[in-house]
Amino acid sequence: MKEVYTWAAIAMIVAASTTGDVLLSHAMKEVGDVGELWKRHGLLKVVGRVLATPTFFLGLLAMAVAFYSLLFGLSWGDLSLVVPASASLTFVANAFAARIFLHERVGRRRLLAALLVAGGVALMAI
Amino acid sequence: MTFQKYLVLAGVALFSSAGDSLLARGMKDLGGVSLHHLSSLIFAILDPWVTCGILLLLAFFASYMSALSWADLTYVLPASSLGYVLVALAARFAFHEAISPARWLGIALITAGVGFVAVGPSLTPSRKHGNVPAKVISQEAQS
Repeated sequence: MKEVYTWAAIAMIVAASTTGDVLLSHAMKEVGDVGELWKRHGLLKVVGRVLATPTFFLGLLAMAVAFYSLLFGLSWGDLSLVVPASASLTFVANAFAARIFLHERVGRRRLLAALLVAGGVALMAI
Repeated sequence: MTFQKYLVLAGVALFSSAGDSLLARGMKDLGGVSLHHLSSLIFAILDPWVTCGILLLLAFFASYMSALSWADLTYVLPASSLGYVLVALAARFAFHEAISPARWLGIALITAGVGFVAVGPSLTPSRKHGNVPAKVISQEAQS
């Protein structure tokens, strides 16, 4: 039962993290380069612009779900399994989600990297 | 890529791994959380280790948001992959968790994969040619 809970938590972390990452990335691209904005208009302007972006809050909500799934997973599984497995699977899911929803260029190099990561995760589950 | 931006990416990796390690320490104190007592997850944030972990994860979140404002999601995640190695080292030496050779190889493969992708450009070029949100276009026009 311990393994079932651990892997269920990992699956939940991956789904929620990917949703959150895509939404937050979309929000921050709308905001623009934070460093440049800060230099020109100050911190308050940056915070104001981030808070005025609706997808930021949706992304935050998804990240909160991922966070509590992580706490649940860590209470059952080893740190060295839960964190790398969920993070790397999230990376693979993000490669596809970013290509589909954010129209990022995910070429051979990034796909090959996704396969390497997936192989790594399989080894960690042994 | 400026030195400042590399520092932001390093912050993403460091704060993330340190935060996760402190969370793990706190959750081990609390023990396994049963599905019938999920409310104990809410009170887990009162544990000092978990609180410190959350503070570090907030620092991670700020760095992460900053990085996402100037780079692709598929660049930021792999570029900050050093965190996986740090988590493995923390698990082995701070929490004395046993890591089998297969897991070490898995961690090496993951790091190689994400490091491999980080060599490419940080931003999809097409975004500069019509795939950029209106707010960013107006900002670039002003600059």
